[in-house]
Amino acid sequence: MSKMYAMVGEFASPEELMNAAIAVREKGYRKVEAYSPIPIEGLADVLDFDDPRLPWSVFIMGVLGCATGFGLETWTATMNYPWNVGGKPYFSWPNFIPVAYELTILFSAFTAGLGMLILNGLPRLHHPIFNTPRFERASSDLFFLAIEAKDGLFDREETAQMLQDLGAQLVSEVEK
Amino acid sequence: MSNSLPDSSGSNHLVDPAVAGMMEGEHTYESITEKLTSIVLRQDRHGLPWWIMIGIGFVLYNVLFSVILKLLFTGIGMFGNNEPVGWGWPIINFVWWIGIGHAGTLISAFLLLMRQNWRNAINRFAEAMTIFAVVCAGIYPLLHTGRPWCAYWLFPYPNILAMWPQWRSPLLWDVFAVSTYASVSVLFWFIGLIPDFASLRDRSENILAKKTFACLCLGWRGSAEHWRRYEVASLILAGISTPLVLSVHSIISFDFSVGIVPGWHTTISPPYFVAGAVYAGFAMVIMLAVPLRKWYHLEEYITQKHMDWMAKLMLTTGLIVFYGYLMELFYSYLSGDPYEIAMMHFRQFGPYGWAYWLLICCNGVTPQLLWIPRIRRSNSALFIISVVVSIGMWLERYVIVVVSLTRDYLPSSWGYFTNTMWDALMYLGTMGQFIFLFFMFVRVMPMINVFEMRELLHKFHHGHGAHTEDATHAVEAAE
Repeated sequence: MSKMYAMVGEFASPEELMNAAIAVREKGYRKVEAYSPIPIEGLADVLDFDDPRLPWSVFIMGVLGCATGFGLETWTATMNYPWNVGGKPYFSWPNFIPVAYELTILFSAFTAGLGMLILNGLPRLHHPIFNTPRFERASSDLFFLAIEAKDGLFDREETAQMLQDLGAQLVSEVEK
Repeated sequence: MSNSLPDSSGSNHLVDPAVAGMMEGEHTYESITEKLTSIVLRQDRHGLPWWIMIGIGFVLYNVLFSVILKLLFTGIGMFGNNEPVGWGWPIINFVWWIGIGHAGTLISAFLLLMRQNWRNAINRFAEAMTIFAVVCAGIYPLLHTGRPWCAYWLFPYPNILAMWPQWRSPLLWDVFAVSTYASVSVLFWFIGLIPDFASLRDRSENILAKKTFACLCLGWRGSAEHWRRYEVASLILAGISTPLVLSVHSIISFDFSVGIVPGWHTTISPPYFVAGAVYAGFAMVIMLAVPLRKWYHLEEYITQKHMDWMAKLMLTTGLIVFYGYLMELFYSYLSGDPYEIAMMHFRQFGPYGWAYWLLICCNGVTPQLLWIPRIRRSNSALFIISVVVSIGMWLERYVIVVVSLTRDYLPSSWGYFTNTMWDALMYLGTMGQFIFLFFMFVRVMPMINVFEMRELLHKFHHGHGAHTEDATHAVEAAE
C-alpha cells in the first residue's frame, strides 16, 4: 500500500471533471488534484486552491526593480561619478525615469514568469501522476481527477467506486 | 460561415457571440491538438513552399553575415552615414524592425487583457515575429556603435575606469528599453509555449523529439494548481507587457526629440510612433498569416474573420498615423519657428519630396481601401496593402531621419544623403535573417497556440462564466 500514489479517475469532458471535483470535495476529500488539457475556470477554487504569493512577489520585485534603477542612477550620478552633462543638475530625476521604469518591468515580468514555474515546482523530472494509464492524453482531450492515498478518507475500494459512480471512464490505481 | 459545434459533451449548445467566427469546421480537443501539433511532428507537412522560403532566408542570411564581416574589418564608413546624417539606414532600419515587433506584443498582451479571444489563433506566430524582428533590430544599433565588441560598455557595471553610463541620454534609455523588451518577449513567448511543449512531448513518437520536448515543457502536468498560477502569471505578464510596448517606442521617439533638430519635437511623437509601430506590425502579421494559412491549411483556425479584424486594426492605427502626419504639418506651420517651417517645406518640396509624398500615398491613402469589405475579404489584396504599408513605414523613418538631419539650423551643416550598396545589402540580409528564423520556428514549434485553441473550443460549448457560477455554488456549499 505504501507504494500507492493515488486513485485516478479519467473523465471525458471538462464538465464531468468539474462535477466530479465538486462531488469529491463535498464528500470531504482534501488531497485532490485535477489535471486537464485546458485551464478550467473555477476548478482551482473548487479544490480550495488559493495562493496569493505570486501577485505579491511580482509587486514586491517590481518596487525593488524601480528602486534599483532609480537608486543606481541617483547614486552614480550624484555621488559616485558626478558629471556635468549639458549644465543639468546632478540629480536630474526626470531623466532617470525611463531606466527605472524599464527595470520595474524587467524585474516584475521575470518574477511573474519564473515565480509561476518555481511555485508550481517546475522544472521537475518526474511525477507519479505520469504513471497513470493514458495520461499522455491529459495534454490533449482527457481529464483526470487524482485522489491521493495520503488523504485521510482514502479507501481503495470505496474511492474507486466513488470515482466510478461519478462517471469516470476509467479508474486506475497509480503507484509511486 | 458555419460554426458547427462538436458533440463530445452533453452541454447546452450555446455559442457566445464573442467567439462566433473564430473557428470554422468540426473540431474536438483531440482533432485540434492533432492538427496543430502535426505541423511540428510530421515532417511531410512542410512542402515545397517551406523549402523555398528557407532557401531564400538562408541565402540572404549569409549575405547578412558577409556584410557584418566586412563591417568588422572596415568600420561603419562603408555605410552612407556621414556628416550631417550620422544615423542613416542603420537607425531607420532599427526603428522599422522594432516597430514591426510591437504588433506581436500588442496581440499577445493587450488583446488578452481586453479578453479578445480571437487573438488565440494568431498570438503565437505574432510573438515569434516580435522576437525575430527585435533580433533584426538589435543588430543595427549594436553595429552602429562602430565597435560592437565594446557593446557591454552600455550597461552599468563596476569597471576599472570607474565610469558609469550617461543616464540622461535617450540612447541609453534605448539600451534598457530594447533589452527589457527583448527579454520579456522571449519570456512571455516561452511561458506560452510550455503547455504546448507538453502536448508535443505526449504525442511525439521519435525518442529524441520526445526527450527534447519533455525538457522544454519543464515537466508540465496541467494540474488545476498549475493552470491557476499559469493564468495569473499570464495576466500579470500581459499587464506588464502592454505598458512596456508603449514605453519602448515612446523612448525611441525620445531618441529623436531630445536631439536639437527641427522636425523632431512635436509632442504627438510618442503616441504617433507607437501607433506607427503597431501599424507596421499588423501589416507584417497579415503578410505572414496569408501564406501560412494557405500553405498549412489553417483556414479553419485563422479564419477570414481574423483577417478582417486585423485589417480593421491596421486601418485604425493607420488613421492615427495619418493624423500624426497632419498634426506635424499643423504644428510646424503654427509654430512660427522659421526653422521648423523651413524644414517642413523642405520635407515636402525639397530633394526628398518624393519620399514624403510616396509615404503619404503608402501610409495615408492606400489603407483607406480597407474601408471596403470586399477588399478586407480578399487575401491577395490584404497582402499587397500590407507590403505597401511596410514600405510606407520605412519611408516614414527615412523622411524623419534624413530630411531633418540634412537641413539643420546652419547652412554650413546642410548636406545630401545617399546610401551605399552595403546599406541595402544589410537591410536585405536582416530580412533574410527574419525569414530564416521564422520558418525554422514554424518547423520546430507549434505556430498556433494549441491549448488556447482547445480553450476556445471549450468556450464554444459554454459562453463565459458558466464555470464560475458552478464554482461559486460549490464553494458556498462547502462552507
